[in-house]
Amino acid sequence: MHDVTYLRPTDLKDAVRLYRSTPECRPLAGGTDLMVMLHAGTFRPAPRAVLDVWSIPELKGVRRTQGMLEIGAAESYTGMIRSRDAHEHAPALVAAARTIGAAQIQNRGTLGGNLANASPAGDTLPVLLAYDAVVVTDRRAIPIDQFFTGYRRTALQPDELIVAVRIPLGRHVAFRKVGTRAAQAISKVVMAVSRSPARVAIGSVAEVPLRAARAEAALARNDAAGAVGAVADDIRPINDVRSTAAYRRAVTQNVLRELLHAPPRP
Amino acid sequence: MTVRFTLNGVPVSIESSGSRRLLDVLREDLGKTGTKEGCGEGECGACSVLIDGEVVDSCLVAVGQVEGRNVLTVEGLAAPNGELSRLQQAFIEHGAAQCGICTPGMLLAAHVLLQRATQPTGDQVREALAGNLCRCTGYTKIIEAVLSCTT
Repeated sequence: MHDVTYLRPTDLKDAVRLYRSTPECRPLAGGTDLMVMLHAGTFRPAPRAVLDVWSIPELKGVRRTQGMLEIGAAESYTGMIRSRDAHEHAPALVAAARTIGAAQIQNRGTLGGNLANASPAGDTLPVLLAYDAVVVTDRRAIPIDQFFTGYRRTALQPDELIVAVRIPLGRHVAFRKVGTRAAQAISKVVMAVSRSPARVAIGSVAEVPLRAARAEAALARNDAAGAVGAVADDIRPINDVRSTAAYRRAVTQNVLRELLHAPPRP
Repeated sequence: MTVRFTLNGVPVSIESSGSRRLLDVLREDLGKTGTKEGCGEGECGACSVLIDGEVVDSCLVAVGQVEGRNVLTVEGLAAPNGELSRLQQAFIEHGAAQCGICTPGMLLAAHVLLQRATQPTGDQVREALAGNLCRCTGYTKIIEAVLSCTT
């Protein structure tokens, strides 16, 4: 990876110009995914340059703007955990941030990175889906439910830079992550749920973080038990190193039952 | 490129590709081998250093990203005359090091906690050290050592 060119833009304008004019370039924020893959040579295709967006002022901070909570794409999870606005307006996002790695990762991980990496196990991604977040880029605003297009694939153009994430105010979202243990675990099932509007968003149960359409339809009818039953047909879990499909299906139903306070299984 | 930063209170300037890992530059270019490589994937915390007072895994940091910043490695915890910090001394007295590979990272993560909380609880110590794995599983003595430094 020593031959990967390192580019450090000074501000957003400079970053956008460099990103558009540099072929085979990837943005680098806190490096919690990209640095691992660069060092191991597992990032395909291998980038020839990285664009360091970590210190760009416009990509930092948590603020209220235009009736939304706006989080800079390169703000750290620690920054969200410490933000009064985030606690007040997006407590489920703060809850998710607290479950991501430990201090070392929370100090470096970012929403821009979680989105661009687009892992089905990304812990903030179901939360953003349940909040109906909007991904703001250098050229447009992408509704989160149109962002994930396939396994680790996104709606971003090759030279499109994530600038911020906006979350509508006044939503109530519940969050739960199930991993092997409380700290430093990658999710086996990660879920965020809103009653109104009805949103059931789940990670680690399909090739993308997904909205559970059948469960949401039941929830919209105020049929919590129906949602718990239907969610099993919404997900597409697989057996992998972390868990089995059968376990994920059972836990998905149990977690949804818990988050909806639905009656226990008869 | 030239990267300038402050390492353990001393200004340093190095010539390096900006995309190299801070971990490698510390160990190979600057001789600071107190920072250990464990997993190289941001899981184990053996390579923990502080950047501007925040604990990070130096295997995940591109060296270009520390331009103008303050980096503290385990070598910077003792006084310039070599006198160990209270925390380092406590690790010795409590037998908190076995093989020693996690010790520098444990010390730095615990150092951050003790800077912020003078009376941390056992749970707070465990949370602060959650990103530092001890392959000898010597956690009990490590936690006791940190708790002995509360005022």
